[in-house]
Amino acid sequence: MDCYLGIDLGSTTTKAVYLDEHERPLGRGITNSRCNYALACEIAGDEAGINSRFMLLRRRIEEEDGARDGLAELMKWLACSFTFAQYVDQLAALEEICLEEVERWNDAFERDLYAKTLASLFERMRSEAEEMFRPGLAARSDFFRDIVANQYLDHAERLAKDGAVSFDRLTAIYDRAILRVEGKNFATAYAKHLDLACERAVWRGGFEPLGETLRRAVDYAIGVAFNVRNTIGTGYGRQTLPIPKPQIRSEILCHGLGAHFMFPNTRTVLDIGGQDTKAIQVDAKGIAVNFQMNDRCAAGCGRYLGYIADEMNMGVHELGPLAMKARKAVRINSTCTVFAGAELRERLALGEKREEILAGLHRAIILRAMSLLARSGGVHDEFTFTGGVAKNAAAVTALKRLISENYGDRMINISPDSIYTGAVGAALFARRDREAI
Amino acid sequence: MNPTPAVRKERSMELQKAMMGEHFKNLARAKDLGKKVVYTFVPGNLNELIWTFGMLPVHPEVNALQIGLRKKSGDYILEAEKHGHSEDVCAYVKCDLGMLKRGNIGPTGEKLPEPDLLLLSYTGCFTFMKWFELLREEYRCPIVMLHVPYQGDGRITPDMTAYVARQISEKVLPLMEKISGRAYDPDALREHLASSARAERDLVAVWESARNRPSPIDAYFGGVYYVGPVFSAFRGLPACEVFYETLRQEVEERVRNHEGPITPEGPLKEERFRLIVEGPPCWPNFRDLWKMFYEEGAVAVSSSYTKVGGLYDAGFRHDPDRPLESLADYCMGCYTNLNLPSRIQYLERCLREYDADGFLINSIKSCNSFSAGQLLILQELEKRTGKPGGFIESDLVDPRYFSAANIKNRLESYFQMIKAKRSA
Amino acid sequence: MELNDIVRRCEDLYHDLDLTSVKEWKRRTGGKAVGFLPIYVPRETVHAAGALPVGIMGAGDDLEIIRGDAFYQSYICHIPRSTVELGLSGRLDCLDGFLFPAICDVIRNLSGMWKILFPDKYVRYLDVPQNFDERLGGVFYRQELAALFQDLCALTGRPASDEALRRSIEAYNENRRAIAELYRLRAEEPHRVPTYEHYLLMRASNVLEVTEHTALVDAYLAAARRENRPWRDNIRVILTGVFCEQPPLGLIRALEQSGCSIVDDDWVLGARYLREPVAAEGDPLDALVTSYLRRGTPTATRYIDEDAKGEDLIRRVRTLRAEGVIFASPSFCDPALLEAPMLQRALGAEKIPYTAFKFSENSGQLQVIKEQTGAFADSIKLWGAA
Repeated sequence: MDCYLGIDLGSTTTKAVYLDEHERPLGRGITNSRCNYALACEIAGDEAGINSRFMLLRRRIEEEDGARDGLAELMKWLACSFTFAQYVDQLAALEEICLEEVERWNDAFERDLYAKTLASLFERMRSEAEEMFRPGLAARSDFFRDIVANQYLDHAERLAKDGAVSFDRLTAIYDRAILRVEGKNFATAYAKHLDLACERAVWRGGFEPLGETLRRAVDYAIGVAFNVRNTIGTGYGRQTLPIPKPQIRSEILCHGLGAHFMFPNTRTVLDIGGQDTKAIQVDAKGIAVNFQMNDRCAAGCGRYLGYIADEMNMGVHELGPLAMKARKAVRINSTCTVFAGAELRERLALGEKREEILAGLHRAIILRAMSLLARSGGVHDEFTFTGGVAKNAAAVTALKRLISENYGDRMINISPDSIYTGAVGAALFARRDREAI
Repeated sequence: MNPTPAVRKERSMELQKAMMGEHFKNLARAKDLGKKVVYTFVPGNLNELIWTFGMLPVHPEVNALQIGLRKKSGDYILEAEKHGHSEDVCAYVKCDLGMLKRGNIGPTGEKLPEPDLLLLSYTGCFTFMKWFELLREEYRCPIVMLHVPYQGDGRITPDMTAYVARQISEKVLPLMEKISGRAYDPDALREHLASSARAERDLVAVWESARNRPSPIDAYFGGVYYVGPVFSAFRGLPACEVFYETLRQEVEERVRNHEGPITPEGPLKEERFRLIVEGPPCWPNFRDLWKMFYEEGAVAVSSSYTKVGGLYDAGFRHDPDRPLESLADYCMGCYTNLNLPSRIQYLERCLREYDADGFLINSIKSCNSFSAGQLLILQELEKRTGKPGGFIESDLVDPRYFSAANIKNRLESYFQMIKAKRSA
Repeated sequence: MELNDIVRRCEDLYHDLDLTSVKEWKRRTGGKAVGFLPIYVPRETVHAAGALPVGIMGAGDDLEIIRGDAFYQSYICHIPRSTVELGLSGRLDCLDGFLFPAICDVIRNLSGMWKILFPDKYVRYLDVPQNFDERLGGVFYRQELAALFQDLCALTGRPASDEALRRSIEAYNENRRAIAELYRLRAEEPHRVPTYEHYLLMRASNVLEVTEHTALVDAYLAAARRENRPWRDNIRVILTGVFCEQPPLGLIRALEQSGCSIVDDDWVLGARYLREPVAAEGDPLDALVTSYLRRGTPTATRYIDEDAKGEDLIRRVRTLRAEGVIFASPSFCDPALLEAPMLQRALGAEKIPYTAFKFSENSGQLQVIKEQTGAFADSIKLWGAA
């Protein structure tokens, strides 16, 4: 099957999107692997391939059997069973690497003790994994690291309770091992995992009547060969992508086109990511006609919120919700990451409320973005907001208010899939460049 | 002048290198030669007058930029900051002061002579005043302020010309007579001015050659070399005329051969983007930025930085028939002495006359004279011409303010944007 | 008037970013108003043309910057951002003209930006001579002033009259007299004139008609002398560097709270850049020129031909019995920051203690500065002017 691949190599995650020849999305993938860029691209691409196969097999079932009530539920079962099958393999790899770590130790007693502890730890993890992967129990994160960390640390704490083994040492083993696991690509074993997933979905989900149809669809999906006719890479790390220069496109262009694809009336795009902020104006076809990026100082980018979260001993995702509780916003004049901590401590010392300070900080970030938007040519209808900060309710609230105060009524689009904006744009360019050849 | 020679060496480049070498050698021996030394700034410099009195000019900005090109400015800046200068202020000043504190070894490795006179031509930059006040503290030598009014209303009035000319005749000349021990010789000045005008005529022909496709010159990166002699010590001397004649012939030959500019990476093969560049270069990373242009097939067909020492392309010439008045007009006509509306008009004209695809602003942290207001220039130019503007940030000589990745990212995006627009 | 009423009035004027007092004045008198940025604006010419000169010194920390930042890179000082913000948000609409005196490249370029952003307004860049010879700089400055006065009269529709100029000079001489008294009282008895009140009173000169401001200062002086205020064990300092962008009010308060009584400063310098009365007889423009050339206050933006750097500052330290100097420089202010090392060297040679920090008009972090100036005060109290 002919398809086009877009890869967005970001500073924290790598995204991949497959489009078919009619520019219809086939599938998408994301990885947080940071081992090396080539591998990150490979993993994201393979994940997107798997996602595409899911899409194809679902289409096949619909064609063969018509749309039926249980299908959505079945797909959920299939998806979580697939993740489960992958998880089991990943867990096994993690165990093996953890044991390798321990085996390097000199003290034979310790070595033995920790090897046994690890064996029991992983046994417990395996035994409860089955229950973790069911529809409705959607994991909080797509990434192995996030799912496994909770489980591992939880058991490690319990095993360390009697004092024979140290929780800190177990954690240290894990920290070393997880990086190595993330350096492995599990997506290549998709056929095996899809097989297992098919069985488990039918059996655990109680879909015996659909069993045959599903089996045929799965076999079909496994058998599809993707013929990637063109790949375009973009993103923060695009220079390091293992593809030739003509296939590399700036994230400004990709973001603009991607936003246009998601919301065809988009004329202004704001992207606030971890490392930079971009304001882009696009024409009716989604081609960037003007843009501005933050200057060399990263003030007001997502990273700034990271510093604040560290300073407040909170998770970065908790900042927005807390800020939303504020009745008013403290005026914060500096979004300088260097001074963020000092400013915060001074405000707290003055007795200002945490949520009100946070509301002020979010507003300050958006103010920076507003000045970039103004530099790039303003905010036109429709306006599309992307990037990690677009998921932060407090930032969105501040943005909506400032846009309405300064530019009047604007349609503001935020897609739950906004993280794929750049990759979608890249895939579109891949298709269009190919067409032009 | 060229620290890392281009692959294809042209005769004009050799000439310039020899001129510079000779000049710095003379400077190093100035005291032995019994020559008096005048420090003065490039914009609004009175070179012809300095030569008239047989003195030698030193331009501290040229030293600073040369040191920047040789990537030594970072150390000097830190040295000045160690002596109490703020990270916030102009890095040219700090580079110069740091050099002084470290023994005043100039860019060519030879020691620079102390000034016998600080000629504070106060043109288009307020920081010049602080710079020479600081040097005065160090050298305790005579100083003369030449106050050059700003073109606040976008024009030079006869009163303004008279004011500057009278300062020259009543303040500058007597002091120069006293220091050089020579009487003012108006005929000698006229000769120098006539020589300047001839060199300026040839320089303008070089600028205008960029109207060709492909342009035979790069008027920003290459342009920096083209203005070398006329902006620094040599304007008004026969050697300067020879340089511009030679350069003009080389450029005309390239036009005949439909050749693009010569860059350190070799001749530019395909001209893909024609740009106007606003703002000074970042000297320590000069070659990096040029290479980024080269790789994209981008050529600067005109630039504003190469006009800080005079807008000859707008018609100005030194004039032997109005010696002091034309020096006065020269001072007031430098690019940084134009008000913002005039700067925008000038750039707009360049965009149209040189049929450029767009313009790039290199916003320089050190130089408020250039930078304050550039974002409005960006907006206005886009609005008036419909051509896209690019925006990057760096510094004159402070390597801490150059992020190659950041600039490359912006440039690439900018060029791809132009390309996407074209094919749309 | 009671002291508190005066202070409250000044506070209201300070925070009045919408210039309601100016609008009120215009409504009352039917006159025009002309804004100006720091420092060297001969307000006499505006006044004599029948207009109200209105000093704009940014917006402190009272204004959220939305549009202003779009025009300025991160390495440029703050005052032009808030000034543009004030302009683009319509808060300066009541000003019929705007004067930008030569002070630095940023303010200079702002004059051109203003011409583009507000094409319907009268905008003038006011060059001031850096040559102090009457026959040279003097002639040039007189031409500048004459052209300015002509323009202003054309704006207001009043005849350009020498008589009016002389009357305005007298009014401003009165104001200079009152301000000098205010400074004198503060220098003699700092506890009677808290820095916060002093500053606000000076800021009021930006927006009040000059005779009104003189009366307000006189009323304040009378009230302050009556008021029984406790003596404070503060050190006596001179504050320098704040001739253009102003420190936020909180910072001004913090300096005093940290143990420093300011006995001289260069804030709101536009109201006292001429140190002596201007001759009210003879040619009024000549008189203004002579005063500028001969009796101008030295600052970082004024070229000093003869005197050595720091001489004036040291003289003031001696006459005012100051125990130290505080250098407060706006971030990215080339004039102030490049001047400071020269002044500091001069002070060092005289063994006069000093301390230095940077601020911006909307600085939110005062604690660090307060600790620094507090330690400075303590060290002087403990060890004397080492």
